[in-house]
Amino acid sequence: MVDVIVFAACAAIIVGGALGVVLNSHPVRAALSLVASFFGVAVLFIQQGAHFLALVQIVVYAGAIVVLFLFVIMLLGVDRSEDLTQDPLTGQRPAALLLGVMVVGLVLVGLFLSGPGGDDGAVALSGRRSRTAPVSAIDESQSDIDLLADDLYTRNVLAVEATALLLTIATVGAVVLVRNRGGEDVVVDEPGSARR
Amino acid sequence: MEVTQTWYLVLSALLFGIGFVGLLVRRNPLIMFMCIELMLNAVNITFVAFSNALDDVAGRTAVFFVLVVAAAEVVVGLSLVVALMRRRPSLTADELTSLRG
Repeated sequence: MVDVIVFAACAAIIVGGALGVVLNSHPVRAALSLVASFFGVAVLFIQQGAHFLALVQIVVYAGAIVVLFLFVIMLLGVDRSEDLTQDPLTGQRPAALLLGVMVVGLVLVGLFLSGPGGDDGAVALSGRRSRTAPVSAIDESQSDIDLLADDLYTRNVLAVEATALLLTIATVGAVVLVRNRGGEDVVVDEPGSARR
Repeated sequence: MEVTQTWYLVLSALLFGIGFVGLLVRRNPLIMFMCIELMLNAVNITFVAFSNALDDVAGRTAVFFVLVVAAAEVVVGLSLVVALMRRRPSLTADELTSLRG
């Protein structure tokens, strides 16, 4: 029963935050709604037993990515509200809504139609019937972070190295993209110039 | 009543749909980025739900990598937005029509 209440509350927070992002005309308010959504997702992770991921979600998503968004919004001064009342192309918003409903409908149809052999749709989607016991099975005696570290650094160590390289490239790319071009040198006042 | 895997998948589909519609409708590049982050979060919820249902920790590893790649993508994307919007602060996605900044 507690599980259901926690799930319902988190679902309300997540969907409310998401609607806040999409419907808010002011970017700062949209960023704050996004933070609320991220916190809801983190609590859902904890409910499912992925404790480390919940923490990383809060630290990385809410604590770094949204802060980056807010920095850029404040740096560029783009915090004026956007005009949400007109479509740039005629019929863009109804078409987008229709596409969104179709995408969600596709997933719901896959979930609620029964799979082959009368299986529950979710079971069929997960492919459980065709799988043998996985190599990286969840062993309940280990903590979540032990399990994740085990899998990451034994079976996925190349991918971890690749993400290190990716992050370096992203950082260098960010510096290259925003540097001042054309040699506008910063004029530094010399210490002795006050004499003149 | 028990919270089953299906509930998480429905929530994730809904979140993905909201992010998807938001990406198509909004014109401010920063808010379009936030909608992309919403979609990535929906995928994360799906991964963890399946990881529990299939009793496999590979789903959680996938979430870890999605988080890392999302962070790198936000860094590069926001620096692109800064580079573009420095000169024209009222830029919207509709005006980004030519490949030469």
